Amino acid sequence: MELMNSGKRQLLSKIASSDEHGENSPYFDGWKAYDNDPFHPTQNPHGVIQMGLAENQLPVDLIEEWIKKNPSASICTTEGLHAFKSTALYQDYHGLPEFRHAVAKLMAKSRGGRVSFDPDRIVMAGGGEMLMFCLADPGDGFLIPSPYYAAFDRDLGWRPRVRLLPVTCHSSNNFQITLEALEAAYQSARKANINVKGLILANPSNPLGTTLDTSTLRTLVTFINHKQIHLVCDEIYAATVFRGPSFLSVSEIIQEMECNRDLIHIVCSLSKDMGLPGFRVGIVYSYNDTVVNLGRKMSSFGLVSSQTQHLLASMLSDEEFVERFLSESARRLASRHDSFTKGLDQVGIKCLKSNAGLFCWMDLRHLLKEPTFEGEMGLWKVIISDVKLNVSPGSSFHCHEPGWFRVCFANMDDETVEVALRRIRVFVGKYKEVEVQVKKSWQRNLRLSFPTLMYDENMASSPRMMSPQSPLVRART
Amino acid sequence: MTGTPRAEPKESNRSPTRTGMRLIVPLQGIVQGRGGLILGSLIPCTLFYFLQFYLKRHRSPPQNPPSRSTSAANLSELQRSSSRANLLARGSTGRAHVSARVSSIAKPNDSPYYIGLDRVREDPYDEMGNPDGVIQLGLSENRLSLDLIEEWLSKNCTDSILGVGGDALGINGIATYQPMDGLMEFKVAMADFMTEVMERKVSFDPSRVVVTSGATPALEILSFCLADHGNAFLVPAPYYPGFDRDIRWRAGVELIPVHCRSCDNFTLSITALEQAFNQARKRGQKVRGILISNPANPVGNMLNKDLLYDLLDFARERNIHIISDEIFAGSTYGNEEFVSMAEIADSEDADKDRVHIIYGLSKDFSIPGFRVGVIYSFNKSVLAASRKLTRFSSVSTATQHLLVSMLSDKRFIQEYLKTNKQRIRSMYDLFVAGLRELGVECTKSSGGLYCWVDLSRLISPYNEKGELDLWDKLLNRAKLNVTPGSACHCIEPGWFRFCFTTLNEKEIPLVMERMRKVVESCKPSV
Repeated sequence: MELMNSGKRQLLSKIASSDEHGENSPYFDGWKAYDNDPFHPTQNPHGVIQMGLAENQLPVDLIEEWIKKNPSASICTTEGLHAFKSTALYQDYHGLPEFRHAVAKLMAKSRGGRVSFDPDRIVMAGGGEMLMFCLADPGDGFLIPSPYYAAFDRDLGWRPRVRLLPVTCHSSNNFQITLEALEAAYQSARKANINVKGLILANPSNPLGTTLDTSTLRTLVTFINHKQIHLVCDEIYAATVFRGPSFLSVSEIIQEMECNRDLIHIVCSLSKDMGLPGFRVGIVYSYNDTVVNLGRKMSSFGLVSSQTQHLLASMLSDEEFVERFLSESARRLASRHDSFTKGLDQVGIKCLKSNAGLFCWMDLRHLLKEPTFEGEMGLWKVIISDVKLNVSPGSSFHCHEPGWFRVCFANMDDETVEVALRRIRVFVGKYKEVEVQVKKSWQRNLRLSFPTLMYDENMASSPRMMSPQSPLVRART
Repeated sequence: MTGTPRAEPKESNRSPTRTGMRLIVPLQGIVQGRGGLILGSLIPCTLFYFLQFYLKRHRSPPQNPPSRSTSAANLSELQRSSSRANLLARGSTGRAHVSARVSSIAKPNDSPYYIGLDRVREDPYDEMGNPDGVIQLGLSENRLSLDLIEEWLSKNCTDSILGVGGDALGINGIATYQPMDGLMEFKVAMADFMTEVMERKVSFDPSRVVVTSGATPALEILSFCLADHGNAFLVPAPYYPGFDRDIRWRAGVELIPVHCRSCDNFTLSITALEQAFNQARKRGQKVRGILISNPANPVGNMLNKDLLYDLLDFARERNIHIISDEIFAGSTYGNEEFVSMAEIADSEDADKDRVHIIYGLSKDFSIPGFRVGVIYSFNKSVLAASRKLTRFSSVSTATQHLLVSMLSDKRFIQEYLKTNKQRIRSMYDLFVAGLRELGVECTKSSGGLYCWVDLSRLISPYNEKGELDLWDKLLNRAKLNVTPGSACHCIEPGWFRFCFTTLNEKEIPLVMERMRKVVESCKPSV
């Protein structure tokens, strides 16, 4: 009998019992609050509004319309039934050729048609995690400009055990990536004996909502080329660019530059720009043949349902629809972004100037009790519990400076946006009074002090805790 | 977890402390005289710790790979280290190259299993278009009962993938983020379906269901949850070739085969299991669980109740897990009754925490393309951890949507399961009879979509090379893709897995004709 393992405890692996899933970060705490008390316009008007989930609900009706008009794309319809058998059996990890062609076309269109993509390089992947498995060994490091998407720690660090090495960006230059910061991060990693395998970029950026310009991209490509490390470009927000400057993809840059293409990899998905997260479509596009081959074998762990591939092959090949969709979606995003930032501006809250994404990067530094991360947490707790908005604090994005918050605005209808803005207005107004009187901050507007209504009994014991729940689902039922 | 040497002493301190102290204390008594306590306990302790530290350092490769020129030299380095890399995923050499752990694992395509599948893709048999193409007998896919599902669909057609009007989920199910481990309605439907498949002898609880995009990620996720990199699972051999990819590749969990023999009809013996476990202990390999497939793949036999109880006892005594891959549970055709591990766990209240079941719709329900797999566990922590990992392998909501309505039609499901079994049975009978006419025997099997065929008389020499020669002949001359036993880690050469559910009845004579030619060409000259 083993001396160590006495007792009936079932030992889980280190991975399963560690905290590296990152779900204890405040990024997810806000969701817990939302899960417990979700907003609903009529049934729970004082609930927490979900502004922490980057979901694109704006173009949903366009998709619905297309699906209804094209019944042959769905295999459960009379028109589409003939494709059922072959689709049901199709489990080839290459993916349906029509599907890959359609995705390649979409990718090209989102980049203004200035670059074309080879369908044979398209690999289905359950996220950028797969790329990490291909490119890095446990303990290897990847540079990543901060602030960055909070869940990268989990996605890239948990199973692949990759270390994320933040490259600090400052508000003083609008959080742009500088070569100095990059070099500094690289050198300090080398000094700490960390094998730097590559650089991860999110372009358009999450949480900033900005796109990279030509000179920055060129600098970055030169940098990785010089150091011969990989460049992983997360371009999942590519088609959410709603205003100039237009989106510049790394795939365009390398057409005009000398670069070792084996180092370039792009991650895409349909969850953000097409607003179809339910389909679970993640794509890795790599210019490196070895990565494509390996990745393809790994895609067995995250294949897209053939039923979905079949539908999307049809939808994304409808060029006229795709063009109309992309432009209409951008227009709606622009309008939503403008009305939201204007509303914030009216109460003196500025956002980082952005041209993409489903969120804005709010500057609440002036509302902090103290310019520290404790101050930020304090403010955030107030926003969650009193203002009842689930926003995401900058610290969960590894932001260097306290006081920044990401707020998502594309996952709700116009009325809910109004409610959110109203609450913010009230909060800021009250906040200004607090600076004079100490106790006032706990005095609430009548509306906000109503006892919270449990929307639905089921929610209390909902097994969906800890997972993103779209507010719109609740709103419609 | 970092890769720096700094972290290691912390790790090595934990294990020797307890085992170490139990050795050290008696030693104190040995050293008498002045300084006895210090010399008797401190010195051996220190020596012991340093020994552990030394061993740990020398087991992992150096942390700083020597800087090399990036070129083919690195690639050959990667291949040479493949045997070590299975246990220790370190040793990344050059920079701009893919990870060592991934490329050094024996490229899956080297296995005859995958080579055969590729050949079929290049040159598939088609009655009209390509009558000389390769006939697929190497993929356990069930094409016998798809028409039943198609018929159901045609009777229950909807206007679109969005479903019928009253469905609240509709577009929102697609356009919004849903729980990554499956919609509640879908989990309920899957639990009900599994209950039906197991003939209602055990009732499955939806709250213990985690849905993944196929059984492949389900297995991988479980491996990540139950074992650390470098640990091992015991697995009765011959086993499904895909386990090597699913469990060894990224999760880094070793598979220790427990060989079963034809004299026992390839039934697992607890004695063999014990031997394998003890040998692993001696080698210093930590066994975290047993992985069984029931009905077994590739042999097709089923584990009976007694054996399952014995397995649970075995696992309990050694404090390890049991993973039961029951993906063929609904594809039984023999006279034996299928017993699920869940049934055993249900009856033994105290030990449910170590039992985990893998299931999916690819085999019993003939829809591998839709990617639906299930992890069913009695262990809350495993469920919690698995749920977090499903974000990388989750099922399309549209598919869940469609399947909820299908699986909820109880009458249809019962009809389907019954008819499916009958069809598998008749194909099995025809196929085995056809082989028998050629003088070829199979093991007696009662489940799965294949049979385990004995071609040992036809191979020469009687070893793996002879087997692969025959496999090559079958693939390239007779144009039949079958899976050789060596790909399944079978210790006896000459056994092959033939899947018969991809055929229709008309094609059996054609297959037998091609087999006859091979059998005759291989007959040993007297």
